[in-house]
Amino acid sequence: MGGSGILQLIFSGITIGSIYGLVAVGFDIIYNCTGIINFAQGEFVMLGGMIMISLVGAADLPMWISFPIAVFAVTLIGALFERLCIHPLKKPSILTLIIITIAASILFKGGAMFAWGKQTFSLPHFSSERPISIFGATILPQTVWILGFIAVVVLLLAFFFKATMVGKAMRACAANRSAASLVGVNVKEIVLLSFALSAAIGAVAGIIIAPIALMDYERGMILGLKGFSAAVLGGLGNPVGAVVAGFLIGIVEALCAGLLSSHYKDAVALIVLLAVLFIRPSGLFGSLEASRLKKF
Amino acid sequence: MGAKNRISLGVLVGGLVLLPLFMRNPYYIGVMVFIGLYSLITIGLSLLMGYAGQISLGHAAFFATGAYTSGILTTKAGFAPVPAFFTAILLTACVAFLIGIPTLRLKGHYLAMATLGFGQIVYIILNASVEFTGGPSGFGEIPRIQLGSILIESQISRYCLVWSLVILVLIFSLNLINSRVGRALRSIHGSELAANAMGVNTSKHKIQVFVLSAIYASMAGSLYAHFVTFISPSSFDLKFSILVVTMVVVGGMSSVWGALVGTFLLGLLPELLRNFRDYDILVYGFVLLLIMVFTPEGLIGLIDRLKGAQEKRSLKAQAKLS
Repeated sequence: MGGSGILQLIFSGITIGSIYGLVAVGFDIIYNCTGIINFAQGEFVMLGGMIMISLVGAADLPMWISFPIAVFAVTLIGALFERLCIHPLKKPSILTLIIITIAASILFKGGAMFAWGKQTFSLPHFSSERPISIFGATILPQTVWILGFIAVVVLLLAFFFKATMVGKAMRACAANRSAASLVGVNVKEIVLLSFALSAAIGAVAGIIIAPIALMDYERGMILGLKGFSAAVLGGLGNPVGAVVAGFLIGIVEALCAGLLSSHYKDAVALIVLLAVLFIRPSGLFGSLEASRLKKF
Repeated sequence: MGAKNRISLGVLVGGLVLLPLFMRNPYYIGVMVFIGLYSLITIGLSLLMGYAGQISLGHAAFFATGAYTSGILTTKAGFAPVPAFFTAILLTACVAFLIGIPTLRLKGHYLAMATLGFGQIVYIILNASVEFTGGPSGFGEIPRIQLGSILIESQISRYCLVWSLVILVLIFSLNLINSRVGRALRSIHGSELAANAMGVNTSKHKIQVFVLSAIYASMAGSLYAHFVTFISPSSFDLKFSILVVTMVVVGGMSSVWGALVGTFLLGLLPELLRNFRDYDILVYGFVLLLIMVFTPEGLIGLIDRLKGAQEKRSLKAQAKLS
C-alpha cells in the first residue's frame, strides 16, 4: 500500500475518530458534574441520527430545520431521563447508577426498535457527494462538514465553560460539589443541565455521522463504547484530551482495518481501553494525582 | 449454613422434585432447564456482586469459553463430553484468573467498563476466528452427554442433570458465604480499606470469587453446548451479560436466594411476554429501571423492608396499648 493509501486510511480514521471524540466529550461532561458514567451516552447518538433521518426522510423537512429539531428532541430526552431516573435517587451506590444507565440504554434501544424497526437507514449528505482529492487521497465533503461541526461544538463549549456564568457554575461543580453549593450554585440544576448538554452533543454526533455511516437501533452501544475508550484514553473528565484521543483511536482503528484485518477493527478501541485501564488509568492527558482524588 | 438457609433449600429441592410430576409438558420442562442454566451463572454473579461488591458486565465471555471449549474439544479433538466439561472449567478458570488480576484492581465504573470491554473482545474473537469457532454462523453436531448408560437427551433428563448441579453449587456457595472467606468477602463490600486494615487479603479474595463465578458460568456454558448441540456467537453477546446481571439485581443482590428469585422471574418473563415478541427488551429495560429507581435492593430487599415496616407498626401498636 502506497503513501496515498495510508493517507486515505488516516482521513477515514480522522472522520470516525472525530465522532468518538464528540461522544467522549458527552461522557466527560456528565462525569465531571455528577461522577456518573452514563452508559446510555451512545444511545443519544443513535437517537439523534434516527430522529434526523425521520425528519428529513419521512417528514420531508429541509436539513437546516431538521437539525435543531432533532438536537432539541434528544436534549429533551436527556433531561427527562435525568429528572425521572437520576434525580429521585437517594444516595445511590455506583453499582445502582451503572445499572440504571444500562437499563435506560436498553429502554432507548427498545424504544428505537419500536419506533423505527430493525432496518438500517441512511441520511443524504449535507452537500455534494463528489470526493475532493488531496495529495492523491480523497475525502468526502461530508468529512469537511463533520470536522467543521466538531470545531464549532468545541469552540462553543470552550466559550460556554470559560465565559458564561452557567458554564463556570458547571466547572465549579466539577471541582467540588459541596463548595459550589456553598457559594450558591444550584447543584441539582447543574446536574440536569449536564445530562441535557451531553445528550445534545451526542445528538449532534449522531446527525453528522449519519450520512457516511448507516444508522440502526443497535448502533448506539458500539459508538458509546468507543467514545468511552476515547474518554478514558484522554483522561476521564478532560474534554480536550477526549477529542485528541478520539482522533487517535479513529486513526489506529482505520489503519488496523486497512493494513491488518477488518475483522478485528472493532476490537482496537476495546484493547486500547483495557490497556489504558490496566497501565495508566489516568489516561494520556489526565494527571495521576487528580485521578487519585476522584472516586471511581 | 444456618436454619433459614436449610429450610429454603429444602423447599427448593421439594419443589424441584414435585414439579415434573405436575408439569408434563416437555416445553415447560425445557424452560426450567434454561432457568437452571441461568441460575448457575447468577449464583456466581451474586457472590461476586452482592458479597464481594464487584460488578462484571462480561460474564457472557466465561459462558462462551465453557460452551466453545466443550464444543470444540468434543467435535474436533475427540474428547468425551465429561472430560471436556472439566477441561473447560480449567481453561475458564485460567482465563478468569489472568483477566482478574489487572481488572479487579479497578473499581466502580472502571471495573464495569473493563469487564464489558473484555466480554466484547471475546465476542469479536468468536466472530472473527472462523477456523476454530465457525465464525458468525457457529457450528453444530456437538454430541450429547453420556452418563454411564444414560444419554442426556430428553428434557426431563436435562432437567435432572442441570438442577442437581444447581443444588450442588448452591450448597457449596451457601457454605462458602458462612465461612471465613464469606465474611471476608462481605467485609470487602462494606469497605475495602477497612477490610485491608483488618488483615483481610482483599485482592486475593476478590480474584478467588471472580474465578469461582467464572467456573459456574463455564459449567453452564458446557451444559448449554451439549444440550442445544449448536452454538454461535449471538448467544454470548453483551445482551447476555446484561441479562444475568439484571437477574441478580432484580431479585436482590444481598443474598444468593435473591439471585434465584430474579432468575426465575426473568426466566419466566419471556414466556409471559410472548405476545410482545421482539419488544420484550423494552419491558426488560423498563422493569430494570423501575426496580433500580424504587427498590435498589431488589425484590428480596423489598420484602424485608415491608416486613420491617410491619414489625415497626406492630411494635407501635403494642406501645400504644401499654
